[in-house]
Amino acid sequence: MTDMTEQQVREEVRAFLKANWDPNLSLVAWRNILVDSGWGAPHYPKEWLGKGLPAAMSLVVDEEIREFGAVGAAKMGIRTLAGATILAHGSDLHKQTYLRGILTGQETWCQLFSEPGSGSDLAGAATRADFKDGKWIINGQKVWTTSAHHADFGLLLARTDWDAVKHKGLTYFIIDMRQPGIDVNQLKQMNGHASFNQVFITDAVIEEDMRVSELGEGWKVATTTLMHERRGADGARRYDAKIERPEQLYQEYNEEIDHQLAPYIWYPQRTGRVDLLIEHAKAEGRYEEPAIRQEIAKVLSMAKAAEWTARRAHAAQNLGKPPGPEGSIGKLAASHVARAANRVHTMIAGANAMLTGSDSWMDGTIAEILVSTPAISIAGGTDEIQRNIISERVLKMPKEMRTDTDRPFREVPRNQVG
Amino acid sequence: MQFSFSAEQEEFRSVIRRFLEAKSPTADVRKLMEGEVGYDPAVWKSLSNDLGLTALHIPEEYGGAGFGVTELAIATEEMGRALLCAPFFASSVMAATAIVHAASDEQKAALLPDIASGETIATLAVAEPNGGWDAGSIKMSATTAGDVYRLHGTKSYVLDGMTAGLIVLAARLANGHLGLFSVADTSDGVKRTPLKSMDPTRRLARIDFDNTPAMLLGSADGGEAAYAKTFNTMVACLACEMAGGAERLREDSLEYVNMRVQFGRNIASFQVTKHKAADMLLDVEMAKSAAYAAAAALDDGDADASAVVSLAKASVSETYIQTAIHAVQMHGGIGFTYDNDTQMWFKRAKASEVFLGDANWHRERMLQNWSA
Repeated sequence: MTDMTEQQVREEVRAFLKANWDPNLSLVAWRNILVDSGWGAPHYPKEWLGKGLPAAMSLVVDEEIREFGAVGAAKMGIRTLAGATILAHGSDLHKQTYLRGILTGQETWCQLFSEPGSGSDLAGAATRADFKDGKWIINGQKVWTTSAHHADFGLLLARTDWDAVKHKGLTYFIIDMRQPGIDVNQLKQMNGHASFNQVFITDAVIEEDMRVSELGEGWKVATTTLMHERRGADGARRYDAKIERPEQLYQEYNEEIDHQLAPYIWYPQRTGRVDLLIEHAKAEGRYEEPAIRQEIAKVLSMAKAAEWTARRAHAAQNLGKPPGPEGSIGKLAASHVARAANRVHTMIAGANAMLTGSDSWMDGTIAEILVSTPAISIAGGTDEIQRNIISERVLKMPKEMRTDTDRPFREVPRNQVG
Repeated sequence: MQFSFSAEQEEFRSVIRRFLEAKSPTADVRKLMEGEVGYDPAVWKSLSNDLGLTALHIPEEYGGAGFGVTELAIATEEMGRALLCAPFFASSVMAATAIVHAASDEQKAALLPDIASGETIATLAVAEPNGGWDAGSIKMSATTAGDVYRLHGTKSYVLDGMTAGLIVLAARLANGHLGLFSVADTSDGVKRTPLKSMDPTRRLARIDFDNTPAMLLGSADGGEAAYAKTFNTMVACLACEMAGGAERLREDSLEYVNMRVQFGRNIASFQVTKHKAADMLLDVEMAKSAAYAAAAALDDGDADASAVVSLAKASVSETYIQTAIHAVQMHGGIGFTYDNDTQMWFKRAKASEVFLGDANWHRERMLQNWSA
């Protein structure tokens, strides 16, 4: 099966859709059929709802499904990271319990890693998990948690051993978000949107069988999640697009997109919207200005080179190389592109760059770009952290001298929060 | 577009790399830089006869190996990395490509086999004292009396113009079209003057033509199309050559900071050095992606190949000089000395910024050909 050519995959997917696609089913009923066939997540292993195909082939499958006018498995949000992490490190119970809900879209996930006191220094998490009467009791505070307000489950990193060194005292859990000990508040950003949440956890409960890592081995599992997150941030990620057709299934699908996409609605703008540069310059009557043309060409070049670099990384991955740090190069490139595009959109807009909302061009889209790009060089690992990763892991340069990894975590200086 | 090299292409690259490591170490490059001729005929012979590089992209029916731009660009990338002193770019990349695209079958049969074997060293003379490589900048005129064309004017910045035995050049025909011509170095009215090249690994000359007899390659109205294709190939190959040089600078700088100790620490352990090294890796990898895309776009016959090629020239040339600037800085004072090798690549980077058109000109060309 893993030897299937792209052509064979395309033909099989088309044949499956021809025989099974029915827009009069409910969205969940259809996705269950799709998931049972293995075409919902062809890159998952055969024994767990997939077909064991390389990750790149799942893009081919998506393309076929889209072209057919059908709807694929749910992919938006943290669910893909949850799926990948559970496949790599979860127990059979976790796979049995969660993979189907991830793919059908019935259950939504969030990631509870960052804390007010540990941002870039993620392994400094101080949310505690204490084992009492056969259950884990969780207390602490998490932040930057997208979708926490409607998530069913969370991927949680919590400290189980305060005497161990920093990276050896963390454990990775799956937490049920629908319980009384969890309180979610929205955070308003500088661009006016509220995509993230603060999560206050007070005596929340996790059953022992929802522990994903061995005790103290949570950091290793978190690394898998983060690696997948970075790979998604290199410009190759696609968001689902609505399909305007009358059948009930499409209505449910479009509602799901609206719901899932709400926190991400400004995300295209944080990339700097390179795709709008020429259109913007033409609309402002400035596309013939040599200085503007030079600046537009520089940004287009950078964006193309970043895209081609991502494609080289994916091509290497398709040749069977494991997920490596090439994802970190892409994230840094995306930051550069966004900053440069912001600068050029400002130059094109001229005085109009002082306005926002309906008084600015494209009903505020340009204004939103101008105040959204700072996010891209911070979220999912700051540019500075990316440079550390590149220099230490790719270039094998000496690691930073550290004062926090050679002593019990309880003795390490940390932020006083709250 | 293909985003990875095949196993055969990787093997081809490593064969060239091993060859150049043995035949073009920096000590030899330094000797040739200071010498009269500017290249080593024995290495040229070995490169032609043993490796067959001069035959690489020439069609098989004319004594070549029939490979594409991608393979040619792999060769130039490795040559840029090693800073090889040889007339390869002038003869194979520029002149042979022009003949392939412009000449009649009969002319190809007469000219290409000797270039493919390395017997003939050729060059392509395009720019004039105004320093433009676009068709519009070519003012030199060609007049006819019967079948014989005669050339009048001056070509400048001619790569390996002193050593080339065959000069291919672009001149304006009486009908206003561009014509590509071939001239033997022994023809009447050819006067060659060496120019003092800032980058001594890449020799330049001025050539004056005074009523010089020349052969028109192909037809009297096909010059523009042939030159456009030739230009794209040479720019893509230059982009790959520059990417190879930039990567070498990046690697050498990394090796140096890993070795150098100050303040009781290896300077590679300072975050400011590490972040610069990370930025250099990002820049060079993006440059390689653009350069490879340019070669692939030409092999694929992409409609927007001219845009991709110019994108690559503009961005890789800027990365090359920026990497050279970082490389000098990472070496500190020693990096500014003549004895340190960094200066050799720095000068190639500097010269490459403007060779075949500067970044601003290429960015404008890119936008004019942009379809995405």
